[in-house]
Amino acid sequence: MSSTEIDRQWTTRLRHRVARRLPPEKMLPDTQPAYVASWIYVFGVTTLSALAVVILSGFILALKGPQWWHTSGIGHFVNSLHLWSVEIFFFAMVIHLWGKFFMAAWRGGRSLTWVTGVVTFLTSIATAFTGYVSQTNFDSQWISTQAKDGINSTGAGSFFNVLNFGQMLMWHIVLLPLAAVILTAVHVLMVRAKGVVPPFEEKVEAR
Amino acid sequence: MAGSLLAALVSLDGPGHYFHWHWIDISYANLTVIALMVVAFVAALFAPFPGRRSKKETK
Repeated sequence: MSSTEIDRQWTTRLRHRVARRLPPEKMLPDTQPAYVASWIYVFGVTTLSALAVVILSGFILALKGPQWWHTSGIGHFVNSLHLWSVEIFFFAMVIHLWGKFFMAAWRGGRSLTWVTGVVTFLTSIATAFTGYVSQTNFDSQWISTQAKDGINSTGAGSFFNVLNFGQMLMWHIVLLPLAAVILTAVHVLMVRAKGVVPPFEEKVEAR
Repeated sequence: MAGSLLAALVSLDGPGHYFHWHWIDISYANLTVIALMVVAFVAALFAPFPGRRSKKETK
């Protein structure tokens, strides 16, 4: 195979593109700019950490099942861990969103980073919602019966039936978490590729 | 014992309490979480970050 043919392979082209846009020193940097030393930059990482706990506690809940999380002491603990890590996840993500909004973090060619963050936020809301209707208790029955009319009025009820427990559980433990994790990974890689948005430049008063 | 002390701090055994103002209708629990997020946001902007030198020191 000639070198020209090798250069035209999609694997070669993809490797070169990835290496160009995300070299190792950008992927795992040694230092960050001085302006990153602020508490407002901590909430993105807090969101990621909470997501890790959400996924891990979700794995345990999936392994053991509803009878376990409703009746045993450890089951109650892991169920609560899942709930409270979701609370922290949203708490930190909303503050992260506020911070990035007021920094206009879409500046400098970072519009797709902002957009992936917004889509991840919306996906997370859908994931949390399907979790609430999959609890297998009176709370989930109440939420699903209250939500059905609103969702059916949009037309989405034809393929997304909140009264169908099996469907809601599958959306909650397969489709939506997969989407949320992939979107989060893409979002973080974009932050790595473009770097953290710098602060606005200070205006120098004319004398 | 510790559980009952924690439970006594905020009783969740009953219907929720709601804040009404014109068209706004929100539970006090959700309102408290939103207030805490605003507090955390403002604190994050102004609280000194460990290890960061102030502008005076860098001049």
